[in-house]
Amino acid sequence: MLSKDLVEIVFHGRGGQGSVTAANLFVAAALKDGNKGVQAFPFFGAERRGAPVRAFARISGDEIHLRSEIYTPDIVIVLDESIMDMVDVLKGLKKNGRILINTTKNPKDFDFSKKYDVATVDATSIALKHEILVGGIPVVNTPILGAVPKIFDRVTLKSIQDTVKDKWKGEQGNKNVKATQDAYDGVEVDF
Amino acid sequence: MSVMIDTGNYIAAKAAVMARPAVVPAYPITPQTTLVEGIANYVKTGEFKGEYICVESEHSAMAACIGASATGVRTFTGTSSHGLLLMHEMLHWAALARLPIVMCNINRVVGPGWNIWTDENDSISQRDTGWIQFYCSSNQEIFDTVIQSFKLAEHEKVQLPVMISYNAFILSHTSMPVYVPDQKDVDNFIPKRIPKWKLDVDNPITFGNIILPAAYEKVRKDMQDSQEYAKKLIPEISKEWKKQFGRHHGDLLELYKCEDAGYILLSMGAIGAESKVSIDNLRKEGIKIGLARVRCFRPFPREEVLKLGKQADLIVIDRNISVGMEGAVFTEVKAALYNNSDAKAYGFIAGLGGKDVTFGDIEKMCKKVVNGKAKQLEWFGFEGV
Repeated sequence: MLSKDLVEIVFHGRGGQGSVTAANLFVAAALKDGNKGVQAFPFFGAERRGAPVRAFARISGDEIHLRSEIYTPDIVIVLDESIMDMVDVLKGLKKNGRILINTTKNPKDFDFSKKYDVATVDATSIALKHEILVGGIPVVNTPILGAVPKIFDRVTLKSIQDTVKDKWKGEQGNKNVKATQDAYDGVEVDF
Repeated sequence: MSVMIDTGNYIAAKAAVMARPAVVPAYPITPQTTLVEGIANYVKTGEFKGEYICVESEHSAMAACIGASATGVRTFTGTSSHGLLLMHEMLHWAALARLPIVMCNINRVVGPGWNIWTDENDSISQRDTGWIQFYCSSNQEIFDTVIQSFKLAEHEKVQLPVMISYNAFILSHTSMPVYVPDQKDVDNFIPKRIPKWKLDVDNPITFGNIILPAAYEKVRKDMQDSQEYAKKLIPEISKEWKKQFGRHHGDLLELYKCEDAGYILLSMGAIGAESKVSIDNLRKEGIKIGLARVRCFRPFPREEVLKLGKQADLIVIDRNISVGMEGAVFTEVKAALYNNSDAKAYGFIAGLGGKDVTFGDIEKMCKKVVNGKAKQLEWFGFEGV
């Protein structure tokens, strides 16, 4: 049987927004927090800039033997609100599942907040504020990760920031760390 | 020892560089690309001090491995799918020349239709080239098997090339944590290669000249004897690795909950890892079932499989098909049982073209056998399994 403390997460975004990097940074941070079994992987397909993409993460206290895709996530993270018009991001989300959305709206603005725990954060504005841009486009992956510890207590903001600093040195690292802090402070949680 | 979290390809690159090969010739192909990118990056950082050769094709990659290895040095490369198939002639050459080349092959579908996802038909179709073949189920196993394979390949009684296969994307592009030993411990585990012969300009010899029938037959017999010897050596190396680094992925087979099992499932690669979840679930339903994950396909663990056949009926899941017959592991399993066991064996084909195989799917296949409903050979997802 699945380990009791196995948590499965699906990231939805658009090609170029850094969904795969978000999943990788997230599990690296989870490992720092003592979750022994972690796994991150992209949807295995052709990736195009702007097209809907998915990335997956698993977190467990034990070694993870699963190698299949995630069909019934515990947590869904949406990096681009507009994707919800074309992709059913709630598909398979477990009862009592949680969803974190990059949006300017509040959790109660979403109908499904009656059924699921919804959290919102304006990660795009945070990315713009800290000039986290690739080709002029805001990259929301690190900002949105800063909001995750508010909805999932097995990963700490400190580990996320340490992981960000491991990946980006100097000014780039500092900008990303500040962005995670802003997201952590700015997330709206409706549960 | 340190913990590194990265994808299967980058982990393989790390292991390859820590083995200190003198030459790495490589040609990129999806989904192997990040493996050779990883090695190229170690050239930039100075961690890889060998010769990195960008060749013009996979045939040339293997030819360059052969040339380098024949001078007595350690060589490594990686490929996938059509790249492996383009090497085919050179794979025979490397094995018959008894060159201990180590290569990673990322199991990817053969086209057409064009498909970058995973199944095992690329490496299975190289079965008879004389290479030792491992199939990995985790990034840690990839790291450990790459290092172990140099010890195996270069052993004086083996002297054969080793192919380490792992699933496209499911392992090649999935990040998992991996324990990485210190460089000095890797150096101690696999000291510098001592070649039995080498091409040397100061002491000229020729190799690959005409060989008469009786002598050639001896060459083939000697390869077979060496693969048989590898069956004994692989468990010894696994044991030594466990003693030194504390990790063990099994010998030729990895056995999981087989002690009291009346049914034993055999599978390879990522399906082999996923199967552990299925075994736990089926046991909770009262079914006494175990798993024998096939780590080593060549040499095939004939004796170990026969031993399993003395206690249990066998269920085989193949992510490959020898068209006109059945899955390759299924064929070998039945051959191992023949004349010596009353066990029944059932074969399933599943996950071709990269189709996802979940623990639930594996449970369905096993239950069909346990419930007496399975035919000898079935395609999962067809015929209502």
